[in-house]
Amino acid sequence: MYAFEYRKAASTEDAESGFTAADDASFLAGGMTILPTLKQRLAQPSDLIDLSGIESLSGISVEGGTVTIGAMTCHADVAASADVQSAIPALAALANLIGDPQVRNRGTIGGSIANNDPAADYPGAVVGLNATVHTTKREIAADDFFIGLFETALDEGELITKVVFPVPEKAAYRKFPNPASRYAIVGAFVAKTSDGIRVAITGAGPTVFRVTEMEADLSESFSADAIKDIAIPQDDLNSDLHASAEYRAHLIGVMASRAVGDCS
Amino acid sequence: MAPEPTIEQTTEGIPLDSPDSNDRVARRTFIKSVIASGAVASSGGLMLVGLSGCSEDAAPAAGSVERLVTLRVNGRDRPVDVLPNETLAMTLRYKLGLTGTKLSCDRGECGACTVTIDDVAHNSCSTLTHSVRGRAVTTIEGLEQPDGTLHPVQQAMIDELGPQCGFCTPGQIMSGVALLKTNPSPTREEARQAMAGNLCRCGAYDHYLNSIMRAARTT
Repeated sequence: MYAFEYRKAASTEDAESGFTAADDASFLAGGMTILPTLKQRLAQPSDLIDLSGIESLSGISVEGGTVTIGAMTCHADVAASADVQSAIPALAALANLIGDPQVRNRGTIGGSIANNDPAADYPGAVVGLNATVHTTKREIAADDFFIGLFETALDEGELITKVVFPVPEKAAYRKFPNPASRYAIVGAFVAKTSDGIRVAITGAGPTVFRVTEMEADLSESFSADAIKDIAIPQDDLNSDLHASAEYRAHLIGVMASRAVGDCS
Repeated sequence: MAPEPTIEQTTEGIPLDSPDSNDRVARRTFIKSVIASGAVASSGGLMLVGLSGCSEDAAPAAGSVERLVTLRVNGRDRPVDVLPNETLAMTLRYKLGLTGTKLSCDRGECGACTVTIDDVAHNSCSTLTHSVRGRAVTTIEGLEQPDGTLHPVQQAMIDELGPQCGFCTPGQIMSGVALLKTNPSPTREEARQAMAGNLCRCGAYDHYLNSIMRAARTT
């Protein structure tokens, strides 16, 4: 690691002012991505601003048909939350599929979606459930939040405070994990909501995306059969040593069908 | 090159066997041990570079975090000089001499560096030391009771011949300890999931699981 200054923020205002005052600061949430990145010297921030001391950023609440998760809530807490398990079981199950126990004990929902790793699980849930990302400046709809590879709508120094998930009628997440890292090679989040069906795919492309053709067909008939003949173009899909674009295109259909099956 | 300070230099200033030793650590003792651990840091700097590219090449700027901190490790307050970019695994191994915590992948994949922080399993290689101030860190060295009685998970590892080469064992044990803290009677599948963050190149997974299940039966 290159040298950097460490600051522990006491509040979101403190974190923001620390960010502004520093030459080139980064926020530190759980550190599950940024610390390995720093060790490889792929980044050289002047300051790391630790958000773990900001109590208002952690916690889970369920009210008025929504589940609200604080940005610094770790995956293990979401997975173990009785509230999340009963309101949106698919969300608790997704959190429990991230990485391994040690990763889930440190990694946070805010850190995950701010980083927007193409193979991360949470973006699937945020888009699939049409969640709203609350920041220190504004509220951002899920469809507007994830822009591209490791890129989000967040401005420089803008901090996620919480994510608000509307409770769906039914939802399910299925992923084909990398057997070592448990990152999604392809993950499909399917939700049946009062506003319609949503199908979000993570792991397959540069960032999470919806498959509107599947959503339309599932609106007609909500069954795995309805989407089994939909061919996904492989042009924009990821291809790496874990899976070719062609294989990922195939997996999208398989994982989405299984998620639909789980919803029924 | 100056002779490398021994581990004893960092720990001898504090009586190990005194129950209220923390209260009786004189200012002089504190300073002495900080100086000693600082010296370890200097010579350990070479190791840090070799292991993960951690370096001390920049002097801290004004207003930076206080480097002299007191960590709560294995029930004792340990004064130590910590760099802003230092991971807990580095501090435990090279400043406090607690080499039972292993460093292997050094990027949060293998679990060899697992310790508990407030009884929850964490990868100490991916945790900045400054972020755990005020929290209770337990390493493999902190499991044994003062009279030498091993923790049930440690004893079960011996009884079941759990480890093969033994390198990943401290991390495996810490994950097992964290599991039994929250779930004293896990199913084998629950134990398997709880141990999923600990890799074993020998492939002794089933033996480790046997050990955890035995420990669960005996506690």
